[in-house]
Amino acid sequence: MCLAIPGKIVKILNDHAIVDYGEGTAREVNISLVRVKKGDYVLVHAGFAIEIIDKKEAKETLDLFKKILSEEGE
Amino acid sequence: MLYFKDKVLAKTILGKIRSNGKKLNFMHVCGTHQDTLVKHGLDTLFENSGINICQGPGCPVCVTTPLEIEECILLAKKGKIIASFGDMIRVPSYNGSLQDMKAEGYDIRTVYGIEDAVNIAIKNPSKEVIFMAVGFETTAPTTSAIILNEPPENFSILCCHRTIPAALKTILEMGELKLDGFIEPGHVSTIIGTKPYEFISREYKIPQVISGFEPIDLLMSVWMLIQQINKKNAKVENEYVRAVNENGNLIAQKVIKETFIQVDKKWRGFPTIKKSGLELRNKFDKYNCRKVFEEELKTLKEKEFLEPSGCRCGELLRGLITPQDCPLFGIRCTPEKPIGPCMVSIEGSCNIAYMYKKD
Repeated sequence: MCLAIPGKIVKILNDHAIVDYGEGTAREVNISLVRVKKGDYVLVHAGFAIEIIDKKEAKETLDLFKKILSEEGE
Repeated sequence: MLYFKDKVLAKTILGKIRSNGKKLNFMHVCGTHQDTLVKHGLDTLFENSGINICQGPGCPVCVTTPLEIEECILLAKKGKIIASFGDMIRVPSYNGSLQDMKAEGYDIRTVYGIEDAVNIAIKNPSKEVIFMAVGFETTAPTTSAIILNEPPENFSILCCHRTIPAALKTILEMGELKLDGFIEPGHVSTIIGTKPYEFISREYKIPQVISGFEPIDLLMSVWMLIQQINKKNAKVENEYVRAVNENGNLIAQKVIKETFIQVDKKWRGFPTIKKSGLELRNKFDKYNCRKVFEEELKTLKEKEFLEPSGCRCGELLRGLITPQDCPLFGIRCTPEKPIGPCMVSIEGSCNIAYMYKKD
């Protein structure tokens, strides 16, 4: 139920947008819960984009992993 | 480039977890986490490292009560169109499932989301269309967005939305199992952020990590929990930083607040949990099917619908047993002929266990 799929906004149509999930799959989703522009990556749940994922945040994951793995558990 | 199935990274994290050597008991509350754990064999890897991870009440379809399904069945029998998610339609209740109703000729529609249900209402102006609105905080704002957008008058919802933090508190208050930490659901947290979990660590001194859904995410989250335990510093940490921020999705939170009030709610397998449910505000009564069809639904309210005989989904949702502990598992209860909801839903632990490790 809480499954959300990442995809890329390829066209904005008022409160909807075409989201490309890759490999030729595209679908219209409701974007009223996020402020997005063409080219943004979003998480889509039940036909709605619920959050934007950006490259900076993906890099933060990597930084977080490096930081935590460098700490020694006692 | 970070690769979330990176074997070398996975081995590094697992090595750290193994070297810790403590026996620990964690709970997650998300079917997608359960899927990742079982599909990739992480559950076995963790067990061999002394770590047990159970799935709590983290499956919206599973915690929906028989009464809520009966409400839909009754309304379908009165000629209304009932729309909901595919899994929900297959959950058996006292009078069969909504799918059984469909086989009998009643108008039951499977939809991908609430917007599909609104479109059914637009195409069928002479019929009443009821959307069974199931789901946690991830799904609730999608319902809000539609309600605020003034859907047609022949559309209404049967609100079954529930909220996660109240259930976590109840698990701890019930005290049926000793927990060393919670793995918190990533997509619920994209909406609510990290703050609503904080009182749990503060009041119950229990570590929490919000986790993503890749194998590396879960390994990392377990390691983060272990470190909190070792440092005796229970708090909320966020492993899923690429999608979750501290404040969550503020637009989603605003529309939830505009449309819903918090209500006490019964969850399958649990007593009524205070302020754990959402119901539409009075100003949206015309979209609240419990208000619109109050007279028709009145008879149900007085009856209690028991869970199916022999079904142990309730104990499973409280983290007390594994699917294999249930004598019905894989014998009388299968995905083709499910008895309890945990075997129906692709987020239910029985369905996941049956799919990946039946034997």
